[in-house]
Amino acid sequence: MRLGRISLTAFTWLVAILFVFPVIWMVLTSFKTEADAYTDPPKLFFTPTLEQFAGVFERGFLPYLANSGFVTLISTLAVLLLAIPASYALSISPVKGTSNVLGFFLSTKMLPIVAAIIPLYVISQNLQLLDNVWALIILYTAMNLPLAIWMMRSFFLEVPKEMIEAARVDGAKLPTLLYRVVLPVVAPGIAATALICVIFSWTEFFYAVNLSAARAGTVPVFLSGFITSEGLYWAQLSAAALLASLPVMIIGWIAQNHLVRGLSMGAVK
Amino acid sequence: MTTTEVAPAPAGRGAEQPAPRRHASPWKRRAPLLPALIFTIAVTQIPFLVTVFYSFQSWNLVRPGSQYFVGFQNYIDVFADSTFRTAMLNTVVLTVVCVFVSMVLGLGLALLLDRKFTGRSVVRTLIITPFLILPAAGALLWKTAMFDPVHGLLNFVFGTDIDWLSAYPLGSVMTQVIWQWTPFMTLLILAGLQAQSKEVLEAAQVDGAGRWRTFASITLPQLSRYLQLAALLGAIYIVNSFDAIYLMTQGGPGTASTNLPFYIYQRAFEGFDVGQSSAMGVIVVILTLIVATFTLRLMFRTFDVSGGVK
Repeated sequence: MRLGRISLTAFTWLVAILFVFPVIWMVLTSFKTEADAYTDPPKLFFTPTLEQFAGVFERGFLPYLANSGFVTLISTLAVLLLAIPASYALSISPVKGTSNVLGFFLSTKMLPIVAAIIPLYVISQNLQLLDNVWALIILYTAMNLPLAIWMMRSFFLEVPKEMIEAARVDGAKLPTLLYRVVLPVVAPGIAATALICVIFSWTEFFYAVNLSAARAGTVPVFLSGFITSEGLYWAQLSAAALLASLPVMIIGWIAQNHLVRGLSMGAVK
Repeated sequence: MTTTEVAPAPAGRGAEQPAPRRHASPWKRRAPLLPALIFTIAVTQIPFLVTVFYSFQSWNLVRPGSQYFVGFQNYIDVFADSTFRTAMLNTVVLTVVCVFVSMVLGLGLALLLDRKFTGRSVVRTLIITPFLILPAAGALLWKTAMFDPVHGLLNFVFGTDIDWLSAYPLGSVMTQVIWQWTPFMTLLILAGLQAQSKEVLEAAQVDGAGRWRTFASITLPQLSRYLQLAALLGAIYIVNSFDAIYLMTQGGPGTASTNLPFYIYQRAFEGFDVGQSSAMGVIVVILTLIVATFTLRLMFRTFDVSGGVK
């Protein structure tokens, strides 16, 4: 029995390492020289170098990183600004037809984004918003809003009704009620929601590739530059991929206990 | 929207509870909701309506001033287009296979993770990592380090000499998509496993039910709604797969790995055919709405929307 348990644990570890091996390999390759990256057989041991990371920055990574950071930050703030009152109106003080409104928000998440890309392109062009970070900010806000509302609503519903009633009876006005009673309970939920929004904005590819280029391009656009450049620089590509993914990897690891809730839009805790 | 009607909510924290007397004015109650609602309608619905409008126009950006109304001609052309049919078939294959395989793998991983063992949280962190890698980075990583015919790890490991992306373009893309989405399935299914009541499991053991018996007659039925949710959410995301195809195969060779999002992109941004690509967009939406209707029903029916899983 004990031996069985140990071998099952060993098996689990083996599966996990195999599963994540492409990522491990990416990390290893990012510390190789290009010559070391293309050997046959592939090299597991080599003299590590940081030259690829330097190369990524020489290639002009920084502006893309700054764009991603700006777009992610502003769109996430916008999502919170819109979603917090909306989830309040769909949970604590529910409006009529709450389930229809929730259904509407969810259904927008299910609209394939490809179906709207042409008008979005034309509209952005007319508004001088092509290759402009604000176009991405608006779209990412709309993309994450339904998810944020659903997720945050599930946190709002955890505020004990008695607490709200007690505060109302005490004559608390709405701002006081929100700030003193609701906010402390839902603050962790708001933080978790924000992290999920950050992950989705940071990794978004379709809008970024179609609506932005050199000026407003985000990190995924920078990465996609590696397929059009002459030949592939594997080691440099790995370094770029690692740098690009690192922020969301860290956020995802931090938020892993809330990941399920975010991915299921609050349905599963 | 009739699909979202919920059964009259039971007493408690349901959505349809009577309004507290103090906030009688409905507009005052709606006010916090309106900015989000108006913003969402403006940004998501208006472009879609414009897509519907474009889909009835003949309009190619290469020929300025060529825009005119053609009725259903674009739809007729689209259905006559064999590449569209290929793309549609590829989309279905890609979605169904990826959802199914990643769910099976996710179930396996979730079962492995649903017990106490040394380094469990590290293993869980490792397993969610492919989901946190930028999809663009993941696609390029597989294209180069894994699938490359000369220096790729797959050929090294299997001792083969295959140009994976040319020989099995759709299979290669699906492998990457499955790799990326398995963590999502694992997490959802693991949540389902951990929501099981320990007492029931123990009772089954006391009653002498074997491990397999317990799994088949207690765990699986319990898990089924999580599996359904995972499948439908996964399908909704995977139907839109674009990154992997754009970065790994560009839909090729030929049209072997072209799915609908990529084909619409090609027709719009390489062919500049606004009319036909819009018509395809409308068709995709209609197909997605069919799947989405089921998802909405599921989310409202089997999950207690007011408070998470029952």
